[in-house]
Parts: sequence; structure tokens; C-alpha cells
Amino acid sequence: MTGLVVGPAVPEAFLFLVATLLLGVGAFLPERRAAEVMTPVAVIVLLVTAMLVMAVGPGRAFAFGGHFVHDGFAAFLKVVALVVAAGAVLVAPGWFADERTARFEYPILALFSALGMLMMVSANSLLALYMAVELHSLPLYVMAAIKRDSLRASEAGLKYFVLGALASGLLLYGASLVYGFTGTLMFDELARAHAGAGAAPLPLGALVGLIFLVAGFAFKLAAVPFHMWTPDVYEGAPTPVVAFVAAAPKLAAVGLALRVLHEPFGAFADEWRQVIVLVALGSMILGAFAAIGQTNLKRLMAYSTIGHVGYAFVGLAAGTATGVQGVLVYMAIYAVMTLGTFACILMMRRQGRYVEAIDDLAGLSRTDPLMALALALLMFSLAGIPPLAGFFAKLYVFLAAVEAGLVWLAVVGVLTSVVGAFYYLRIVKLMYFDEPAEAFDRLRRPELQLVAAASAAFVALFLLWPTPLLSAAEAAARVLVGS
Amino acid sequence: MTAALFVFYLLAFVTVAAAVMVIAARNPVHAVLFLILAFFNSAGLLILVGAELVGMLLIVVYVGAVAVLFLFVVMMLDINFVQLREGFLQYLPVGALVGLVLLVELIMVLGTRVVPTTAAAMPRAAPEGVTNAEALGRLLYTDYFYLFQAAGVVLLVAIVGAITLTLRHRPDARRQDIAAQVRRRPQDTLEVRKVRPRSGI
Repeated sequence: MTGLVVGPAVPEAFLFLVATLLLGVGAFLPERRAAEVMTPVAVIVLLVTAMLVMAVGPGRAFAFGGHFVHDGFAAFLKVVALVVAAGAVLVAPGWFADERTARFEYPILALFSALGMLMMVSANSLLALYMAVELHSLPLYVMAAIKRDSLRASEAGLKYFVLGALASGLLLYGASLVYGFTGTLMFDELARAHAGAGAAPLPLGALVGLIFLVAGFAFKLAAVPFHMWTPDVYEGAPTPVVAFVAAAPKLAAVGLALRVLHEPFGAFADEWRQVIVLVALGSMILGAFAAIGQTNLKRLMAYSTIGHVGYAFVGLAAGTATGVQGVLVYMAIYAVMTLGTFACILMMRRQGRYVEAIDDLAGLSRTDPLMALALALLMFSLAGIPPLAGFFAKLYVFLAAVEAGLVWLAVVGVLTSVVGAFYYLRIVKLMYFDEPAEAFDRLRRPELQLVAAASAAFVALFLLWPTPLLSAAEAAARVLVGS
Repeated sequence: MTAALFVFYLLAFVTVAAAVMVIAARNPVHAVLFLILAFFNSAGLLILVGAELVGMLLIVVYVGAVAVLFLFVVMMLDINFVQLREGFLQYLPVGALVGLVLLVELIMVLGTRVVPTTAAAMPRAAPEGVTNAEALGRLLYTDYFYLFQAAGVVLLVAIVGAITLTLRHRPDARRQDIAAQVRRRPQDTLEVRKVRPRSGI
């Protein structure tokens, strides 16, 4: 691998160059104008990058001396993450304009965060992993604190930053232990050193490092026992920022965790499985029970995220190709559902003020039947009620767990799903059977309606045409685990 | 060899002495100045073993940025250092014990390694025929080019974030408008009048 190979990283290079260019353009445009122009431009850039990713092709290719890898697995996650990120950027400007915090830096920070996500999914060495994680999370901290006159948003941003820095520290410590005990940074060399029967066992120090890496991933994914920051950040940060944080970055972090656990440490599934099972159990149980008493919709979504990450980890614990496929399908569907739900939350404005209490949704079916229908579909899907997409997502991860002999874990998953269904269905009950509260303001925001309607249609109609997602996820999984 | 040895002992002695003075000095500004002295002498030690780039970086980063930052903090914060130092002697036994334990641990860890005694067996600071900076630069701009660039992007995002979160456009602040300054003509603002003696305008 001599010479500088950039080819497979063209989408990333494009995203970086355009983001820096836009930064310059935004600095010289008048302030108000820059904020208006930047959002549609950023959405288009994200979608163009997704097309470039598809144009690179599914073959496995390395760039930059092996630190960067592009394969079918990376391509699948990149395309889904970019599309979801574009949706999250698209819904933001209305809220920011209403709250008088519109700034042109917001979409650009989102672009940089997306760049970090692409690099995470394509990381092929411990250092590339760390740099990518930093690049994707640093803009998120700034975005969470961007409404700097609000005490709660600043608190959320600071909390996110401090705890995120702690997670980065864990990740870096783990990486340094693995490097120190194995002597290599590259994932493929790590895999080769311990491949085959009778190969050298993993040194104890490297195993400790691996646990630290998993802890870092769990932190970024808001999985128990590293979930503490999630409810506060979700409640305090601006709603469009939460829509961004809750969807695309989770995809990238799951992708990174899958690659690290299956490629360099694939031979040690028995070692890391115990940790993953523990995290999955804790997340599912806490996500189901802690959400019951919540009155704030954003806080509820935080616990919902924790629970869903737990279900995804069930698939990860399986450690098989079907498990990886299940996780990929799960995270893609989860991201779409979450984005749609937040688009609905962004429509909850009453007398010029945004509200976010669950009770504010009372009787929505009579004041705004279409929004009630979309939100009800999304809630049914989040709960995992049969014909909707969320059911199939759960089905695949639980099937993979059963195939891998983790029947009891799947049983716990089903039981916590039943508990979790309670609070999702309570929202549906509020909307359809309670006395109507005052109607929400009529927002003229076609982009919110588009995102909400598109995700509702996706969860409702997934049953009719599931093959593209399923086969793409299967192909991606096969790249990682082999056939 | 003896000259190098003499320089080594001189630098090492001053480093240790300056480090002791950092904690012993009464005046915090003096402590920071002693810290700078310690940095300079450590840089000299690094240059002595042939790691001139690291030595220069130590001066640029630690003396140029970190120590100056310390000085600013010391001068800006209104901390009563005399009060802080109360009970210094009281904690000395505990501190000495912790230091001793740390020293024994370090010796146990490093003692297991074989320390080469001849110059030929020492690890070399740079490959044959290239300077230190060149060797590091070759690695950084070839094998680790991707990571180097990524670090640059992270720093760029940090700058953008810091500006986004702190820069405020105050409407009441008077800002320089160069275009308005250049547009200004004498006849708009100046009026030439003849002033007679012993009478005002």
C-alpha cells in the first residue's frame, strides 16, 4: 500500500470540501440570509454525498494506507445515515426561526458531524476510530448548546460535552491498551494475528481494552449503564438537535461497534458476548420501566432510545450474520421512526410557544386527524405492533438471538416490549379517546409534514415491500461476518 | 563525551532544582517562571539525546502556550495563595509517602527492562541519514496522512463551535465600517470659516 489512495473516500472528501466552502460562503453572506440559504444547500449536499457513496461501488477497497476501508457494510450504513441526517437537517430551520436562534453554522456543523459518521463507519484502525468518533461528536455538543440564552439548553450541552469527553477517554484508553498489548493499530492485522484455531489467545490486557472500547460505544449509544446523560440532554437540548442526535449518530455508532466486534475481535465472540448481553438486558429493562412515569415527550423518547438500543444489542449479542443483518435492519427502521416522531413533536406549537408534555396531545385526533394518524402509526411501530415496520425490526433481532442459542434473552426482549408498549399506547389513547385540548397552531411547514408523512408511510407500508432493505442489510452483513 | 556528560549533568541539575522551586516558591508568578526554566532545560536534555524536534515542540507548546496561559490565570484569578499553602508541612509526610510508593513502582516497572549501556545499543532518535523532523514528517504526511487531516478537521470544528457559542453581534456596539470610512468626503464633514480676531463663530 504505497502512495496516497483517495478513491474510496471520495464522498468524504466531497463532504469535507463543500462544508469548508459553505463555511466561507456563510461568513460573507448577510446573517439572516445565510441561515435561510444554508439548510436546503446542506440537505442537497448530504443527498449528493449519499449518491456518491452508492457510486463508489460495493467492492472492498482501502484508502489512506489502510486506515480507511469502504465495503458493502459501510456503504449501507452511510447511505441510511446520510438520508436520515438530511431529514433531521430539513426539519430544523422552522423551530430555530421561531425561537430566534437561526444561525448558518447549524447546518454546517451537521455536515461535519455527518462527515465524522461516515469516517466512523469506514474506520479500519484504532486511531481512525478515535478521530472519527471525535469528529462526529464535537459538532453535536455545539449543536446541543446552540441556543445559548436558554439555561436548560446550555446545561444540556455542557452535560453532553463533559460526559461525551469521558466516553472518548474510555474509548482512547481501550484503544491504547489494545495497541499496547497487540502491537498493531490496524483492524485487519488484529484479525489476522488471532485468526484460526490454535492461534495466540488474546492477551488479558487487550481484553480489558476491548471492554473499555465496548463501554465507549455504549456511552455514545446511550445504553445502560452509560445512559445517564440521555434524558437530560434530550429534554434540555433544542428539539431539532435532539432529532439529529437521536437518529443518524446512533446508526454510525452501531456500525462502528459491529465492525470492531466482528472484524478484529470476531474470533473472541465468547469474550465480548457477556458484556453485550449485560448491556442489552439493562437497556431493555430500564428503557421499558423508567419511561412509564414520564410526562415530557422528549424525555420519554430518551428512554425509548435506551430501550431500542437494548433491542439492537440483542442482535449484536448473537454474533452471527443474521444477527448483524437484524441489527442493521433494526437501526435503519429505528432511525426513520425516531425522525418521524420528532417531526411530529416539532409541530406541537400552541399560541406561539412550543409544548412538549404528553398531555398536550390529548384529543389530537379531533383537532388534527392527519397528524394524529401519523403519530399513532409511529407509536404503534415503536411499540412493535405486528403489521408495522417496528415489529419486523424486533422480529429479526429476536430470531437471530434464538438461532444463536440466546432464547432467554429473546424472551426478556419480548417481555420488555410488552411493558414498553404500555407507554406508547398511552399516547395513542390520549390522542384518540381523551377530551381535546386546545388545537395546535397551524404551522405552514411543508418540510415537517413531508418528513412525518414519509416516515409514517414507511412504517405502514414496509410490509408490502420489505425486500430492498432486507436484502441490502443481508449483503452488508455478509461482508462483515462472511458466509 | 565528557563535554556532553557535563552538559547533561548541568541541564539535569537545573531541571530538578527548578522543579523543586516550582513547589517551594512563595510567589506564584515566580513558580511559573521556574516552571518555564524547567521546560527549557528539559528541552535541552531532549536535544542532547538527538530528539531536536520534540525539544523544540516542548518549548513552542509548553513555554509558548501553556506557561503563558498559567501566568495569565495566576494574574487574573484573585486567589490567596498564602492561605492555600497553609498546612503545607502538615501534608508533607503523606505526600512523601505517596511519592515514595510511586518511585518504588516506577523502579519495579522499569527495572525489568534491560537498560543498554553502550551508545550503539541505544534506540536511535531517527533513521540513518535523515533528521529527526524529516523522519517524523515522513510518517505523519504519508502513513498517518488521513489521521493528520482528521485531526485538522476536528480542530476546525472546535474553532467553529467556539465562535458559534460565544460570538455575539451586539447592536449597540460600535464596529468599524471601513466602507463608510472610505466613502466619507471632506466637504460632507468639514466647513472652513474665516475667524476674525477677538470674536467667536
